[in-house]
Amino acid sequence: MEKLLLLGDEAIALGAIDAGLSGVYAYPGTPSTEITEYIQESKLAKERGIRSEWCANEKTAMEAALGMSYAGKRALYCCKHVGINVAADCFVNSAITGTNGGLVYLAADDPSMHSSQNEQDSRFYADFALIPALEPSNQQEAYDMVRYGFELSEKHKVPVMMRVTTRMAHSRAGVERREMLPQNEKSYPADKMQYILLPAVARRQYKALLDKQAHLIEASETSGYNRYIDGTDKKLGIIACGIAFNYLMENYPDRKCPHPVVKISQYPMPEKMINRLFDECDEILVLEEGQPLYERLLRGLLNRGGKPIHGRLDGALPRTGELSPNLVGKALGMTVSEGMPVPSLVAPRPPKLCDGCPHIDSYTALNEAMKSFPGGRVFSDIGCYTLGALPPFEAIYSTVDMGASITMAKGASEADLLPSVAVIGDSTFTHSGMTGLLDCCVDNANVTIVILDNEITGMTGSQKSSATGRIESICQGIGVAPEHIRVINPLKKYFEENVQVFKEEIGYNGVSVIIPRRECIVALNKRLKAAKKNQTK
Amino acid sequence: MKIDIILCGVGGMGALSSAAIISEAALEMGWYMKQAETHGMSQRGGDVQSHLRLSDEPIASDLIPEGQCDIILSVEPMEALRYLPFLHKDGWVITNEKPFVNIPNYPDFDAVLAEVKKIPHHILLDADAIAKEVKNPKGANMVVLGAASKYLKIDIEKLENAVRSIFGKKGDAVVEANIAALRAGRAVADK
Repeated sequence: MEKLLLLGDEAIALGAIDAGLSGVYAYPGTPSTEITEYIQESKLAKERGIRSEWCANEKTAMEAALGMSYAGKRALYCCKHVGINVAADCFVNSAITGTNGGLVYLAADDPSMHSSQNEQDSRFYADFALIPALEPSNQQEAYDMVRYGFELSEKHKVPVMMRVTTRMAHSRAGVERREMLPQNEKSYPADKMQYILLPAVARRQYKALLDKQAHLIEASETSGYNRYIDGTDKKLGIIACGIAFNYLMENYPDRKCPHPVVKISQYPMPEKMINRLFDECDEILVLEEGQPLYERLLRGLLNRGGKPIHGRLDGALPRTGELSPNLVGKALGMTVSEGMPVPSLVAPRPPKLCDGCPHIDSYTALNEAMKSFPGGRVFSDIGCYTLGALPPFEAIYSTVDMGASITMAKGASEADLLPSVAVIGDSTFTHSGMTGLLDCCVDNANVTIVILDNEITGMTGSQKSSATGRIESICQGIGVAPEHIRVINPLKKYFEENVQVFKEEIGYNGVSVIIPRRECIVALNKRLKAAKKNQTK
Repeated sequence: MKIDIILCGVGGMGALSSAAIISEAALEMGWYMKQAETHGMSQRGGDVQSHLRLSDEPIASDLIPEGQCDIILSVEPMEALRYLPFLHKDGWVITNEKPFVNIPNYPDFDAVLAEVKKIPHHILLDADAIAKEVKNPKGANMVVLGAASKYLKIDIEKLENAVRSIFGKKGDAVVEANIAALRAGRAVADK
């Protein structure tokens, strides 16, 4: 079959379509967004009726995927690593209910925090929930593993995590397709009680999950995704997880490592392979792209006089950040090549709000209004508008997690930090801001919530926002007084009146919502370009 | 045979389009390739880079090791300097000399160009001006790619085919404008 040039994300998407996918459920998040986008834009997916719209947040997405699996069909859930936090309740409990149709949870981690607020390693979640995890080392594996993940899920009746990192998600290489599978027919779970996690059932199901572990380890030994590659120099044995295997091999031009290597792309760990490595080698080096999960487990708390285990915890590799060929080379004791230093005059070029961005006018007006309220604070959220932290705005004081602006402002106001203002985007508001606003209304908190409505999910590249056209009615329904829901147009020419609206509502003792509404400039330009193209056709 | 290339610039300047064109041409030639990109937040006017690796043998790492990059291809001079730790001692820097100033502390232009000139193998060209001359004012990235084509071990015809395939959807005028920019860049390198 023909080789296609695909991003890791695209390989996963196509792998899922070809493996009989019936639906993908996701909320946008770098570096996972392109998976769902690929399926949304795929003609093939359309012909096959694959469900692919964006969901309100990662929790609703994962639960819907679980529901599709309940009905016997193959479902894919996708998120960035922190999205698993949002969906964690469903994640852990769905390991206990188990599955019917194949269910794959894709988590895209971001070591080095290229576009994220932390670098948590999703493999911890898989280990914690006792479900298998797959970690491809190249785009072809990524394509193949989705299919294998569905099979594994259906065979053992567990959800399967697939974990990638930024480099895997956003790197392109040639991928060969396989024959396309039909979608599953609808079917009901054989056991009527399987999904009812009443304590008595949950205890039984949890025991069943524990009993599956030996089979899952056996699958890790035999699937072929984990390999024991023998070597002659047994002074060192190497465990290389996911793409860390590539960085290891990059250091050997003939692609032959003299040391025994266990290449890991499937968890739980293949215990026989690990034991053999440990028995045959004097020292162990653990290469993990992410946090030192298995290095820590292998070392244990009491590694006194045991075989030395090297990795991120003993300084052989840096404790944080992505790995690279040279970092791995250094850990192997090699002399690695170096280029020239970066000249000192090179200045950082941080991302910034686009020219013409509506957030610029919103922040300019808000900053002006806040001058009248010394001692006040603006709590913010996750989105392009987080860039309001940087000069020239320096308008915000927090960015923690999706929706935290509203609830942090509420808590601060209750500690008499006044005024407390929240700034949140439209998509983030419907993701996780609505429940916080309900808390504010129930308590009649003294807060001002600014919902920046650019009518799109901006930062991840213009995805449809679930909030569009609904914000005022949602706020009213939750209990905000209609006269304190103020819509403004964030344009320079309305600066004076916008400042006035901000001042009035910040001065109001109670819950008020200001909605600066103007289309994202990137989305607007895309739309105009597409319209022009259609005209010339 | 292997070529490791870093393509860089500022979000929106077309560095990633150049990467796509080289990739397409390399695939047509039956080479192995890996291309790592920056997506997401950094695209909002921040620095962007792509590691592009081509080889006639399978490639291990998606990232180019430091000190191993053969060509840094940049649409902005200060951005070219940012990736010098990756450049091989015999590697080439091919960059637009026109600065893109969207930060208040952009260094002195002449000092930036002086740093580029310290690199043993470099080509500095005013890609913006050349692009305007061939009536493709947005084609600076194509001009730089054309100049680099001399060192890419890929025939310029193959690159032109890739431009046709990638920009084909946008119409003949766009394709021809980009090919003109590509050729104008190559002419500078050939001088």
